[in-house]
Amino acid sequence: MIRFFAHAKYDFIAHRRQAYLVTAVLFVIGLAALLGLGIHQSIEFTGGTLVQFKTTAPVDVEKLRAGLDAAGLKGAEIQRFGGDNEYAVRARTAVEGSKTDDTQATTKAVNAAIEQVVGAGGFTPGSGEAVSPKVGAELKTQALMAIMLSFLGVLAYLAYRFEWRFGLAAVLATAHDIILTICFIAVARIELSLVVVAAVLSMVGYSLNDTIIIFDRVRENLHKFRRSQLVEVLNLSINETLPRSILTHVTTLSTLLALTIFAGEVIRPFALVMFFGVFTGTFSSIWIAAPVLRMIEQKWPGVDGRGVKVKPKAVRSTVPQV
Amino acid sequence: MFATIRNRMILIAVLVIGSIIALIPRTVTVRERSATGAMQDVQVKRVPLKRGLDLQGGMHLGLELDQSTQVSADVSKDIDLALTVLRKRIDEFGVTEPVIQKVGSSRIVVELAGIKDPERAKGIVQQNAFLEFRMTDKTGALDAALPAMDRVLAQLGVKPAAGAPAAAKGIDALLAGDSGTKLTADSGVKADSGAAAAADTVKAGGPILQALIISGASAGASAPGTYLVPEASVARVDSLLRLPEVQRVLPRGIELKWDQSATGGLEPMRALYALETKPILTGTSLVNATPQIDPSSNKPIVVFDLDRAGGRRFGQETSRHIGDFMAIVLDGKVQGAPPVINSRIDRRGQIELSGRTIAEAQDLALTLKAGALPFTLKIVEERTVGASLGEDSVRGGIVAGLVGTLFVIIIMVGYYRMSGALAVLALSLYILFTLASLSMIDATLTLPGLAGIVLSVGIAVDANVLIFERIREELIAGRTVRVAVEEGFRHAMPAIIDSNVSTVLTAAFLFQFGTGPVKGFAVTLIMGIIASMITAIFVTKTFFLVWLDRKPHATTLSI
Repeated sequence: MIRFFAHAKYDFIAHRRQAYLVTAVLFVIGLAALLGLGIHQSIEFTGGTLVQFKTTAPVDVEKLRAGLDAAGLKGAEIQRFGGDNEYAVRARTAVEGSKTDDTQATTKAVNAAIEQVVGAGGFTPGSGEAVSPKVGAELKTQALMAIMLSFLGVLAYLAYRFEWRFGLAAVLATAHDIILTICFIAVARIELSLVVVAAVLSMVGYSLNDTIIIFDRVRENLHKFRRSQLVEVLNLSINETLPRSILTHVTTLSTLLALTIFAGEVIRPFALVMFFGVFTGTFSSIWIAAPVLRMIEQKWPGVDGRGVKVKPKAVRSTVPQV
Repeated sequence: MFATIRNRMILIAVLVIGSIIALIPRTVTVRERSATGAMQDVQVKRVPLKRGLDLQGGMHLGLELDQSTQVSADVSKDIDLALTVLRKRIDEFGVTEPVIQKVGSSRIVVELAGIKDPERAKGIVQQNAFLEFRMTDKTGALDAALPAMDRVLAQLGVKPAAGAPAAAKGIDALLAGDSGTKLTADSGVKADSGAAAAADTVKAGGPILQALIISGASAGASAPGTYLVPEASVARVDSLLRLPEVQRVLPRGIELKWDQSATGGLEPMRALYALETKPILTGTSLVNATPQIDPSSNKPIVVFDLDRAGGRRFGQETSRHIGDFMAIVLDGKVQGAPPVINSRIDRRGQIELSGRTIAEAQDLALTLKAGALPFTLKIVEERTVGASLGEDSVRGGIVAGLVGTLFVIIIMVGYYRMSGALAVLALSLYILFTLASLSMIDATLTLPGLAGIVLSVGIAVDANVLIFERIREELIAGRTVRVAVEEGFRHAMPAIIDSNVSTVLTAAFLFQFGTGPVKGFAVTLIMGIIASMITAIFVTKTFFLVWLDRKPHATTLSI
């Protein structure tokens, strides 16, 4: 029987300061990128008209830009995507309320401008896609609401099944993952689209899963080794769940790999974000959730789920407490 | 109840058979616009898993009231009206399984799959419902014009449809519902080899339209200017009548309009009306419409109110036309048999719905009110996905799914050996159950949903991994195989339940607040988790029990 990390005895909690440092550094880099570069938002969030097209021969992006400017589509963004000759132009849908507030009109204008540059037949005009900024704003609010409320839901559930301390630690670890993932989206210049939002939210689920499985072991071990210190129990639990963590991460990463390679351009950002999510989720379950649980326990010493008083700082008590 | 292996196996078999049945391709009827431009119902066979727009191509529209031109007093109510109108129109437009939904209180989402002409679709969606009252033609102008029309068609080289009745058979045969003369809408303008006789009649300018358009008077229709066309020939007749050459022969002041729906019966007929071009009144004068039951006849009617100016005009016109028949035309379609005008109608009139239900009266009232919608709809969201892009996505997703599954199989069997193989067996059931449950709840599979399914294959084995690791721990602790398996499942259970319940919680909120593809993703996630709990806990355990049952004295476990 092959077994990874079968009898691992790593002192994870002892390295928590290094872990905090790693997190801090990542946060600084990420927030700098977030503020400096900002997040590239997709049409779903910004509003506007997106026209995708394919040219028969490669075209100079600058030429395209000049052509669009000449056609009065100033400030249009040009992006390459997918194959070599595939481009996407994002233009502002003309002023709201006026006659030109029309996707088809804007699409036509973009297609006409491109034809000016590459000549008729030099490209396959694409379809237009348009969203008003109002819809985008709503989408953002909805995504935030979903995350916030699912946090509350998880807090309540864990408070019921475990204890509020566990819930708080799990939610903090997950919040850590969300922030880092958003930073990652900024650093990697991934376009924030609905697909990416779905990825962030499934990453939330994945990261929570991971934390809960470790916490479940902690709860069990607290009951089993009543006289041990919390630190020992935490370390033991993480080590015991290590083989499971490794294997599940490997299977998850391999399906993500398959998605990245085969599922095409639209899914790639989803897979990339999830890739990052698997790593940060694992990291946070071990080095954020557990130490935070310990911190909370130190600050508000309480009774664990089984009614056993846990004193992290105390020396082993000889009297079993009920 | 499921204590015995036999009962467990029976339950699994039931689930598998149920899932397979849920996924068997079935025949569905879809309305499509044929090449001739008319509607027809087509039978399509396909797997009952709806693909989202992003997977099959199509158009997504988000619509709101255009408050910039006129402020609506009650947006939610007006949106409800608009919804009714849109449903009717899009049904006529002919799109496979259109989605027309109210989102929140002020928005309508319209999703049209496989649309080829987005601009036209947008036109249909945005135009106002247009209500008109028009008098039917008393002069028999169409009867007179039909031979001329046929001559024009003959000159154009249009031949009667294959199997079209010769003049001798004609109307009587049609009315008798002779199946041998039944026409098909899509038989086109090709004459087959047996149509030699028909070719002769063509030379003479014989009956093409005359054979298909039956005068309503002979069929017992009360209103003049009523004609009947077999439903199967509607498409052909419509496209022929649209020809500019034919239109030119049509007498001035006359317009032809189809009935909203066909009659029932052995051979359904659709009425074609010759109407005066100039409407006596339009829906812009309409202020209200309510469905009622006529106290004298006990039949549903729709009572409508007109504004002051409209009422005056309507009064004048109707008093001039007592004894005549007035067609109610909505968006170019006549609503039922035109009623006779018995007396002068002023600001308040009623529409009789011969033999129709109160629900239809309610519909008509809504539509009539909608016909006078004082606002336009503004497009706030528009997305068009090419069908080929959608197909590429599906193909890519399936390949990714297969390769991902292969990876997982290799890892699981490589690491857990025989037990891993059992888990893989359970995994295949997991995929089957997930797809089946999605098809059963009629979920729409979107691109993120597809990615979610592929990803979940990697995550679905987690429960088995948890169980197997526990079994290993028990084996290492020196338990016998049977005890280790029991204990392994028992100890892994709380972790599996807690982690899955919290994921379902997040997915539920995602479903509540997400839109479009994100919502679809949440659904696949929830279904996947339920399926994975069933397979990982129940199915794998059953497999283990079967295995242990065959080797009661096994001292080692391939895990």
